[in-house]
Amino acid sequence: MPHDHLSPSGHPYREDNDQPLTYWQTMEIAVRELLVEKGHITAEEVHAQIDAMDARSPAMGAVVVARAWTDPVFKAALLEDGSSACRDMGFDIGPMHLIAMENTEDTHNVVVCTLCSCYPRNLLGLPPDWYKSREYRSRTVREPRKVLAEFGVNVPTTMKIRVHDSTADMRYVVIPQRPSGTDGYSLDQLADLVTRDSMIGVAIVKQPGV
Amino acid sequence: MEYFGKRWHDMGGDPAGYINPDEHDFSLWEKRVDALMVLSSAKGLMNTDSLRRVLEDMGPEAYATMSYYERWIASVTQNMVEAGAFSPEELAAKMENVRARGDTYGQAS
Amino acid sequence: MVRVKDRWPPGHARTPAYLRGKCGIVERSCGMFNNPEQNAYRLKPDGRELLRVRFTMAEVWGDAAENPDDILEAEIYEHWLTPLD
Repeated sequence: MPHDHLSPSGHPYREDNDQPLTYWQTMEIAVRELLVEKGHITAEEVHAQIDAMDARSPAMGAVVVARAWTDPVFKAALLEDGSSACRDMGFDIGPMHLIAMENTEDTHNVVVCTLCSCYPRNLLGLPPDWYKSREYRSRTVREPRKVLAEFGVNVPTTMKIRVHDSTADMRYVVIPQRPSGTDGYSLDQLADLVTRDSMIGVAIVKQPGV
Repeated sequence: MEYFGKRWHDMGGDPAGYINPDEHDFSLWEKRVDALMVLSSAKGLMNTDSLRRVLEDMGPEAYATMSYYERWIASVTQNMVEAGAFSPEELAAKMENVRARGDTYGQAS
Repeated sequence: MVRVKDRWPPGHARTPAYLRGKCGIVERSCGMFNNPEQNAYRLKPDGRELLRVRFTMAEVWGDAAENPDDILEAEIYEHWLTPLD
């Protein structure tokens, strides 16, 4: 099968199609076909689910953040009930229970899952590899300032860090601080500034041109 | 008194080194594993907790030696057998059938 | 104030080891969810209230805290919490 799919980042998928078939790939094909043959799922549902996940990307979260920056009523609704606010914007976030946490002058939020790798995948897409790593999962709850410094974010001691360990059923998105120098920006221009990492809490949104 | 202590997957606060920032795009087979987990959960055959339970019971060796979606397909498969979606015998026969189709994922899927 | 129970049963649970025995305040209730300790084994799960609990880093890590006033929040099911008030 040719590489007819580009990933959300625009890069081709890894070329596993051309590599020797592995045991686990064999298992994936077999499980998928058995579930279809036995009527539990359909091949169309698998295609549709992959398309639905591909449609979810940090760009969705960025639009939510940009709106929160510009619309105080929406921001209040987002902080009150993250899932409802995203659904009201027309985003299909499935059954996810979302909590939005706002960065302020005196508080910086960062999200981790120490028990596995819970992530707001239905808003931001699939998590980056480092989010699932032993290093990030182990250290972020114990030395968040050192972890953030590794990502290039130095939080002054005058600011409080709020670490959110995503231990159970809730998922978290950080509303980063709106950078100065963006007065008069359109929603699209603002959304373009918002990175995935800033919504996990390991980056700040930079002032354009600085 | 003997007791069950902290389990391997419960990593919060453990000493660990620098965070490797490298990322990769997901391949088609990984996306299919992801879709199988979501769909079989939506159909009531498994759930997020049962996915996690099998991953945890696979132990730290699996975490160290298998990729993320290799572990996931192992857990999904275990869950499907437990749920009665298919038997181990049916799975073994289907895997033999798949392997006979070719030497690459593209040929076999 | 609540204290996370310092219990170590076998099997699947969503209460991290590093928070067991630690005290914090309830930040909010997240509502009722399936008890993961039953759900994980595909048993018919009871509904349990899920609470977000806020701890100080000083409480969690003691003298080893990186910055004692920083905050750690986690979701803990009601049956893992003992009220201290």
